[in-house]
Amino acid sequence: MTDVVATNETILVVGGGISGLTAALEAAECGKQVLLVEKNPSVGGRIAQLYKYFPKLCRPSCGQEINLRRLKANKKIRLLTMAEVTNVAGTAGDYDVSITIHPRYVNENCTACGACADAVTAEIDDPFNYNMTKTKAAYLPYNMAYPQRYVIDPSIVGSEDANKAKAACKYEAIDLDMQEQTIEIKVGAVIWATGWRPYDAAKIQPYGYDRFPNVITSVEFERMMDPFGPTGGKLLRPSDAKPAKNIAFIQCAGSRDRNHLTHCSRICCMASLKQSTYIGEQYGDDADAKATIYYIDIRAIDRFEDFYKKVQADEKVHFIKSKVANITQNRDTGDVVLHGVDTEGYQRYDNTHDLCVLAIGMEPSVRADQINDSVSADASGFIQPNGANAAIFGAGCATNALDVNRAVQSATAAALRAIQVVNRVSSAEA
Amino acid sequence: MSDVNTAMVQKYRNDFLKEVEENVEEGHWVKMCMQCGVCSGSCPFGPDWDHPPQEIFMMIRAGKRDEVLTTESMWMCTSCYNCIVRCPRELPITHIMHGLANYAHRLGIAPKMNPTRRFAKIFWNNIAKTGRVNELALSLKLYFMDGFMSGVKNALAMASVGIGMLKTKRLNPFALISHKGVKNPKELHVLLKKAREIEDRRKGIAS
Ligand SMILES: Cc1cc2nc3c(=O)[nH]c(=O)nc-3n(C[C@H](O)[C@H](O)[C@H](O)COP(=O)(O)OP(=O)(O)OC[C@H]3O[C@@H](n4cnc5c(N)ncnc54)[C@H](O)[C@@H]3O)c2cc1C
Ligand code: SF4
Ligand code: SF4
Ligand code: SF4
Ligand code: SF4
Repeated sequence: MTDVVATNETILVVGGGISGLTAALEAAECGKQVLLVEKNPSVGGRIAQLYKYFPKLCRPSCGQEINLRRLKANKKIRLLTMAEVTNVAGTAGDYDVSITIHPRYVNENCTACGACADAVTAEIDDPFNYNMTKTKAAYLPYNMAYPQRYVIDPSIVGSEDANKAKAACKYEAIDLDMQEQTIEIKVGAVIWATGWRPYDAAKIQPYGYDRFPNVITSVEFERMMDPFGPTGGKLLRPSDAKPAKNIAFIQCAGSRDRNHLTHCSRICCMASLKQSTYIGEQYGDDADAKATIYYIDIRAIDRFEDFYKKVQADEKVHFIKSKVANITQNRDTGDVVLHGVDTEGYQRYDNTHDLCVLAIGMEPSVRADQINDSVSADASGFIQPNGANAAIFGAGCATNALDVNRAVQSATAAALRAIQVVNRVSSAEA
Repeated sequence: MSDVNTAMVQKYRNDFLKEVEENVEEGHWVKMCMQCGVCSGSCPFGPDWDHPPQEIFMMIRAGKRDEVLTTESMWMCTSCYNCIVRCPRELPITHIMHGLANYAHRLGIAPKMNPTRRFAKIFWNNIAKTGRVNELALSLKLYFMDGFMSGVKNALAMASVGIGMLKTKRLNPFALISHKGVKNPKELHVLLKKAREIEDRRKGIAS
């Protein structure tokens, strides 16, 4: 059994992305007891799947490394992975929480040697690469994963493959008898940082994400640039693995649309501007390589304006003010053809591209009203600040579509609020 | 220029958007358009319009009253509803197109020779007379609307369709003398007149 010590002076942080990690570290470094609950086998969240950060174009792994070092050094944080909060009830300073922990089938003896992965034959979709590739059913989620511990996928448990993995492990790290368990604990305050997920692109029927292999999403494009990603860092289009040079970006794919998400996802303009620079990075001054950004309006807010100006000056990047009406596919070449009207001049276009990237909208991965009845949700399901939320504080993309900078700010604010709650509990008990 | 038109120009001065909001069916939606271009890009008539829907909405806001009300554009709409299903702001674009066409017609400034307008008039007169469409009379009227010679040509071109409809009993060959309307067309006429009065009062058009 996993034994977890938590009291009314403990702060529960749900979600171990950049926001949850930040909130947990800030609170723990102020001396508070923190329980960090992450659904995935490792912490890091979606930023671990990004190639570079706008606007500085630096690598997210750098900041992540610092956070992981802080995490390892801190005795005040108890981390549970593959765990989900299933119920939160109570009032500020006094919450009863149920947590379900799913079996990893690998214990802390694991040295991440990889022998189990070599031994098994079964493969599963790799969620880290948005299912663009497969991974062995005994796997490390990604190179920098923390904890550095393998996972046996439940689909092979009970099969010959699982036994092979167990036999291959020299450290007695594999325990195929692990069971799912639910624990009940008390905490004083909750920081909810479950982040976002990409909107289901297949629902945007006219763009044919489910029909045309060369229509992909921005999160998949981001994975392609990773040297350890599905294409080894090359921009290869899915239909024929040829280098994609003439690339279209469609903004507001699923956002600002009453048929899909009504809100503006706020970061996707910057994400496409950033991704347009990947083309120059990959192809140098190859004249065939270019980006075309189809937009309603570019929302590069406040200090990002400079980055926008820089990209505008790039000859490789073209802008067309138009929401694309629909996409068709050239059956012989696999090229995608974008149809619409350029609203500056009302010109019709039918533009052919090698690859089309949908700047996909962000929606909350857990809707605020699913946390419990008292938590206030906005129209899109993000957590809305409200006195009725009591000591359940939203952080990061659980509260809105935010970039990392703003997500971290909101996480620090949430940590401060949670600290105040547990401080009140301790002074009442003293 | 008709009297109604002059009266409306005086009433709204330069505020054409307000005029549209108050007088055109679903006109209050126009200001919700964010000029994304999806409707224009989705319209099967796209390349043939003088002004696709999104441009019309911009022109309304820019106060281009004469250009909007006298254009053939909204008369081209075939009610395919492509634009409505895709509009991210859920504007009832098709209905606004018909609303604008109807309003221009009521003001007497719609393009006189526009075929859709002429067909709509023929259709309305036909159905309003007896309460049921007299298909034979309607087709003949339509074929011959540009004169005798072109009428004969149109009728010949459509002959096989006509014969097909006769065979499947979709067309009554004796409709010119024996068309069956509703039981009491007089009552229908009173009804329609009243409806027109109510609508005109609502829109501030003196009839
Ligand atoms: C295409 C694209 C490019 C981007 N590029 C940039 C960029 O260059 N620069 C930038 O600043 N921002 C960028 N962003 C935004 C960035 O991804 C977010 O700001 C960031 O991921 C927010 O972190 P978060 O911790 O709030 O959420 P997440 O990263 O989503 O983390 C949430 C965590 O909670 C966990 N979780 C979810 N549900 C549960 C549950 N029920 N129980 C427990 N745990 C749960 C998840 O597994 C995850 O680990 C980009 C976004 C997109 C879509
Ligand atoms: S579970 Fe065993 S075999 Fe697999 S990586 Fe860990 S230590 Fe190596
Ligand atoms: S940030 Fe840009 S692409 Fe994203 S929803 Fe807003 S306007 Fe559209
Ligand atoms: S699709 Fe809707 S919002 Fe976009 S231009 Fe047309 S009417 Fe305006
Ligand atoms: S309903 Fe009318 S305006 Fe809309 S797309 Fe069809 S023809 Fe064009």
